[in-house]
Amino acid sequence: MLSRVAEAIYWAGRYIERAENTARLVRVNSHLVLDTPAGISPGWEPLISITGLGPQFNSCCQEATERNVVRFLIGDLNNPSSILSSLKAARENCRTIREVLPRSGWEKLNELHLFAKDNIQTGLTKKGRDEYLDGIISGSQQLIGLLGSIMYRDEAFYFLRIGRNIERADMTTRILDVRSSDLLPDADNLFESRSLESVQWISILKSLSAYSIYRRKIEVRVRRVPVLEFLLHDTEFPRAFAHCILAVEESVGPLPNSGLALKSLRRLEGKLGRRKVENLRNAELHTFLDELQLGIVRFHSVLEKQYFLPVAA
Amino acid sequence: MPIDLTQYDPGRFYDETLAGKNRARGYSKELLKLFRKMDEDELSARQAAADLAIEEMGITFTVYTEAEGTIDRNWPFDIIPRIIPKSEWDMIEAGLKQRVKALNLFINDLYHEQKIIKDGVFPEEVLAESKNFRPQCVGVKPPHGIWAHICGSDLVRDADGTVYVLEDNLRVPSGVSYMLENRLVTKRVFPELFETYAPLPVDDYPTQLHDMLTSISPRKVKRPQVVVLTPGIYNSAYFEHAYLAHQMGAELVEGRDLFVDIDDCVYMRTVAGPQRVDVIYRRIDDDFMDPEVFREESTLGVRGLMRAWKAGNVGMANAPGAGVADDKVVYAFVPEIIRYYLDEEPGIPNVPTYRCMYKEERDYALANLDKLVIKPANESGGYGMLIGPNSTKAEREKFANLIRRNPRNYIAQPTLGISTVPTVVGKTLEPRHVDLRPFILSGRQSTVTTGGLTRVALRKGSLVVNSSQGGGSKDTWIVPEAGK
Repeated sequence: MLSRVAEAIYWAGRYIERAENTARLVRVNSHLVLDTPAGISPGWEPLISITGLGPQFNSCCQEATERNVVRFLIGDLNNPSSILSSLKAARENCRTIREVLPRSGWEKLNELHLFAKDNIQTGLTKKGRDEYLDGIISGSQQLIGLLGSIMYRDEAFYFLRIGRNIERADMTTRILDVRSSDLLPDADNLFESRSLESVQWISILKSLSAYSIYRRKIEVRVRRVPVLEFLLHDTEFPRAFAHCILAVEESVGPLPNSGLALKSLRRLEGKLGRRKVENLRNAELHTFLDELQLGIVRFHSVLEKQYFLPVAA
Repeated sequence: MPIDLTQYDPGRFYDETLAGKNRARGYSKELLKLFRKMDEDELSARQAAADLAIEEMGITFTVYTEAEGTIDRNWPFDIIPRIIPKSEWDMIEAGLKQRVKALNLFINDLYHEQKIIKDGVFPEEVLAESKNFRPQCVGVKPPHGIWAHICGSDLVRDADGTVYVLEDNLRVPSGVSYMLENRLVTKRVFPELFETYAPLPVDDYPTQLHDMLTSISPRKVKRPQVVVLTPGIYNSAYFEHAYLAHQMGAELVEGRDLFVDIDDCVYMRTVAGPQRVDVIYRRIDDDFMDPEVFREESTLGVRGLMRAWKAGNVGMANAPGAGVADDKVVYAFVPEIIRYYLDEEPGIPNVPTYRCMYKEERDYALANLDKLVIKPANESGGYGMLIGPNSTKAEREKFANLIRRNPRNYIAQPTLGISTVPTVVGKTLEPRHVDLRPFILSGRQSTVTTGGLTRVALRKGSLVVNSSQGGGSKDTWIVPEAGK
C-alpha cells in the first residue's frame, strides 16, 4: 500500500472518530448542565480545555458561554476540530483514495457530511441540538459498522482502525483529565456535593457510553476510583484506554516492519500497567494522564516516520 | 404520442442515422422502428433513467469554478447510440493504425537521424519552432521504437459523408473511461436493441492497455509494476485516472509517491518500504513531469524521472517528447509523413489544410479569412482560434496581423459541416453535431478501440463538443451488417 494512501486513511479514521467524540462531549455536557444547580455548574469552559483548543477559541470568542462554545465545537470551520471541519477533513482524505474505500462507505461518509452541513442551523438551536448530535453519532457508528462488515482485512482496514482507536484513546484521557480536575477536593464532606460528584462521574461515563455497562459489570454506585480504573484499565470496553491500545496493537501487528511501532505501544502499556489508580490524587492523576497522552503522541510520530510520506518529499 | 421523426431535419449536414426526414439508413432501420413504436414520455423516462444511473455509478468529470472550487459534475450523456457499420469501421481502423504507425516512425526519426528533414520532405524550420520538441530526448531508444503509445485521434464527417482526421492527440488524450461507462449505461437503457444489433464489445480496452504497458517494461518479470501517474484530484480527468488504474489493477500514484534513487530506478513509497516501478502510464504533461529537466517549479512531477527513463530503467507511456507530432502544423504534413515512411496513400484523409508558412497557401488563407477556420499550432481545446464565418472585421484584421508576424504558427482550414445524430431534447429527437475519438494503442503490437468516444454538442447548432463547454457524449456502436 502506498504511504500516501495509508496516511489518508489513518487520518480519515481519526477525523470520523473526532467528530463523533465531539458530539458526545457536547451532548453530555448539555445534560450535565441541566442536572446541576446554577451556582456550582461546571458550565461550558471545560469542553474547551478537554479539546485543547483554548488558543483557537480565544481568538474567536471572548466568553465561554453555551452559545459560543457549542457553535465553536459544532459548526466553526475555523476550528479545525469542530464536527463540521472534522467531517470535511475525513471526506477530503477519502476523496483522494476512493479506490481503496468500498463505494458504500464513501457514500455514507458523504451523506454524513451533508447531514452535518445541511442541518447546522437546527443543530445550533437548543431545541434541535440533541437530535443533531444524535444524527452525527449514529451516522459515524453506521459508517464504522459498515466498513467493519465489508472491508477486506488488509492495510487499508488496519490503518483506519489504528486512526480510530488512537483518537478514541486520546479523547478518553482528555475527558478524564479535565472532568476530574473540576471536582472539588473536599467534596466528600458534604452530602450534597457528594451526590453532585456522583453526577459528574456519571456524566463522564455517559459521554463514553459507559454508564450502563459500568453499573452492570463494576458496581451500581458511581465512584471515582472504580470509574478511573474502568476507563483506563478495562480491556473489554471499547472506549477504555487499555482496550483502544490493544486494538491499535492488533492492527499494527500485521503491518510490514512493525517492530518500532509495537515497541512504542508496549512502552505505553507498561506505563499504564504500573500505576495504581487508587493511589493517585488529582494532581498526580493529571501528570499521569499527561504521560499517557505523550505516549500517544510518541506512537504517532513512530507511525508517521515508518509508514507515511516524508513531509518534504 | 409516439416519437415524430417527420419533422427531423439535419439541414445541409450529413446525419449518421437518417438519410432524410423520417427515412432510415440501411443500418438504422431497427433503431427507427423502435422510435416509431416508442411513446414520447417513454423516451424522456429512459433518458432520466440513464441520468440517474450515471449519478449512482458516480461517473463524473471535474470542473473548477471560482465560486465553488472544484466540483464533480455528472457526465452529460445522451442515450441514443451512434451507429457505424462494421465495413466502414474496418477501413477507419486500418487508416488509424497506418497513421499512428507513421507518426511513431516520424517521432523516432526526429529524435535520431532526422532523415525526413534531410530528404526535404519535412521542413527544418517547422521543427526548429516546435514547442513540443524536447532536445533532452534526442538519441533515446524507447522499446519497440514507440513514442506515442496512446493516441486519441479526432474524426469528423463532412456534409458529403467523407470522414476526416481533425487532429491527433499524442500527449495525454482522455475520454476512454467514458467510452467504457457509456456502454454500461446504454445496456441498462436499451437492452432490446442489443438483441437486434449485437454491437461489438468495447470492454477489453483496460486489458489491452495493461498488455501494452507491460510490453514496454524494462524488467522482464511476470507481473511488472505498472502505475498510473496523475496530477491529483483537481485534474479534470481525475475520474478517468482512478478508473483506469482500478480497471487495470494498477497503483494510482501522484508525483510525491515516487522517487528516483541513486541507481536511476523509480520507486514508489509504500508502507513496506520502497518498491520498484517498471512502467508509468503518465497523465502529466512533459512540462510538469520532472523538475530536474523541465519546469523547475513543478510540484506534480518526480525529480529524476527523465534520468531513469533515459537509462532504460522505466517504461513511460507516452514517451516524453512524443508531443512533437501533436502540433497543428505537423498535422498538415501527416499525409506526406505517411507516404514517406510507409510508401502508402493515407487511409483517412486530413481536413484540407493551408499552411501559412508557404506563401501561396498563406495568400489563399488571408484572402479567405471570412470562410476559413484559423488555428494556432500548439493550442488545444479550441483556444486562440478564429472561426471565419462568425467573426467580425476587427477580429479578422487581428488574425491577419498574427499570421503575417508568425506564419509558421498558423494553419487554415475550411469550416466543416460536421455530421449530426438524433439526440434527446425534452420529449423528442433533434439533430446534434458529433465527432468521434477512437484510441489507438501501440506497443509490441497495435490495437484500436472498437469505435471510440462520440462527443456531441448538446446546444442547438453548436459545433463545440468539449465537455467543459456544453458537450456530452453517446455510446458508439460498431455493428456487423446482415449477410456480410
